[in-house]
Amino acid sequence: MAKITLSDLRHSYLPNPSGPEDYALKEIDLDWEDGGAYALLGPSGCGKSTLLNIISGLLQPSEGRILFDGKDVTDLPPDQRNIAQVFQFPVIYDTMTVRDNLAFPLRNRGVAETRINERVSEIATMLEVEEMLDIRASHLTPDNKQKISMGRGLVRDDVNVVMFDEPLTVIDPHLKWKLRSKLKELHQRVRATMIYVTHDQTEALTFADQVVVMQDGEIVQIGTPVELFERPQHTFVGHFIGSPGMNILPAEQDQGIIRFHGEAVAIEGAVTGEGGKTELGVRPEFVTLAEAGIPARVRKVSDVGRHAVIETVVGDTPVRAVVDDADVEQGAEVHLAFRPDQTRLYRDGWISSEVSS
Amino acid sequence: MKTENQRAWFFVLPVLLLVAFNALVPIMTVVNYSVQETFGNNVFFWQGLDWFEQILRSDRFHAALGRQFLFTFLILIIEIPLGIIVALAMPRKGMWVPVCLVTMALPMLIPWNVVGSMWNIFTLPNIGLLGYFMNDVLGVNYDMTQQPISAWITIVVMDVWHWTSLVVLLSYAGLVSIPDAYYQAAKIDGASPWKVFRYIQLPKMKTVLTIAVLLRFMDSFNIYTEPFVLTGGGPGNSTTLLSIDLVKIALGQFDLGPAAAMSLIYFAITLLVSWLFYTLMTKDDAQ
Repeated sequence: MAKITLSDLRHSYLPNPSGPEDYALKEIDLDWEDGGAYALLGPSGCGKSTLLNIISGLLQPSEGRILFDGKDVTDLPPDQRNIAQVFQFPVIYDTMTVRDNLAFPLRNRGVAETRINERVSEIATMLEVEEMLDIRASHLTPDNKQKISMGRGLVRDDVNVVMFDEPLTVIDPHLKWKLRSKLKELHQRVRATMIYVTHDQTEALTFADQVVVMQDGEIVQIGTPVELFERPQHTFVGHFIGSPGMNILPAEQDQGIIRFHGEAVAIEGAVTGEGGKTELGVRPEFVTLAEAGIPARVRKVSDVGRHAVIETVVGDTPVRAVVDDADVEQGAEVHLAFRPDQTRLYRDGWISSEVSS
Repeated sequence: MKTENQRAWFFVLPVLLLVAFNALVPIMTVVNYSVQETFGNNVFFWQGLDWFEQILRSDRFHAALGRQFLFTFLILIIEIPLGIIVALAMPRKGMWVPVCLVTMALPMLIPWNVVGSMWNIFTLPNIGLLGYFMNDVLGVNYDMTQQPISAWITIVVMDVWHWTSLVVLLSYAGLVSIPDAYYQAAKIDGASPWKVFRYIQLPKMKTVLTIAVLLRFMDSFNIYTEPFVLTGGGPGNSTTLLSIDLVKIALGQFDLGPAAAMSLIYFAITLLVSWLFYTLMTKDDAQ
């Protein structure tokens, strides 16, 4: 187990990258603490898998170093890094039994057979696959195959980090939840550093203590699920996390007063910086229908169970509100109020207001 | 809900009729000849199983059958491993892929009798490129028109040249269908190249290899044109394989009865060995 440090990491799939747009990963500086449960969240093509493959050693970064507990492993091949990786589609050795699958990484390292048996039965108990040990791995269901490929990683007791590359893609929805809680439980038992790559916010937020959000090869925010939800550092995090995502509204900064469609809007605290493109960010959960405020027209009301999502337009800017009960009709003229302590200002995408103490 | 009725048979009927006309009827004519003797004019005499007995007891048939098995065995143990090795060595992506694929496909596009003629001219002593090179440059006594050994080497090499590509292309198709994640997982698990081959590549190629072995077995067991054009079955009878012998009996000597019996035995052996191969190679999956 180890702390993983990525320093000045950059990667390009092109032989001679010229501009920042040629890089799949731009400037990554990041520490993964020993024993942490991390999620790497971002849309498809944002560089999450590239980052993962660089940590596991399947890919050599164009620039920068990777350190495991301060030791430079950048030039080590994957099998010498003591990492485990679970792929999107379960990788198992079809012709072997489940037992041989689990023993495979240990046998390749010349571990004594008695020790192998010990570890295999330990892992099988942990994964609850004891009764499957002697059947051919090709006969397993996808979720059990995925468990076995996970087990092949965990079987080594010196494993530095276990990485999951969208491991639930091929799993049936009703088993996803089960396997996810199994993962969480495993993390608590083995205390290995785990990195979970996904584009699904529910998976990321339920698995991880710390979520790393990526976009276009850059890390936009690292934080706990609550931090990401409450105070997104970037408008991208705002609308990517949450369902529906944060309302990002064009705003003008007018001598310290923030205006949206001409209406003054109170925000959380002092504004920092100036110039650039200013936008207001407020989650639909903190938008309410009020007696007075910003005039809007209701475009659509959808009841999604415990609450309702009201889609309104202010001028031609859509604003969503999540309310407990929606007693408005489509087409109604209403007024909107934003909760000030949950309303932030963004400048060129990045947060530009401070929490007033 | 009851959906069972016999109506489905009507949909199968056209296929049954077609199969009857292009397979059953011709085979039954052969069966007809195999149990009778004719001296022409459509006069037939019942012979029972005499022709079968005669063929099965004949040394000539035994010799041809032995040569046939030897030939098929040789080309299978050369072509299957060679095909796998070539497929493993071929690039998986990049501009060389189409070049390799087309080069591999070329020998298979050449008509069989042309292959025979090509190799005949190529290997003739003193005038063929290979014949000249072997005899006059290397000083090796090589003459496929005179020496059985040279003739055998030539027909085996010719078949390897003609058909290894089929094994290569099938194996290659199996290889490229393996997702990258398998290789990545093997790297992380610390698997050696041999283990990658043994536990990832070979199992994933198994289905196509079964097809390759079956096709190569059937084709080589029934081979006629290429060795006939190359050596005509000679020198002596040394390269007279089963179908060359069969044609000699049927068309050369016009012994229709024995030829028909031999055809049926030949067919039964091909079917039996194919079934054996198939059963053995797919045994693991059924468990």
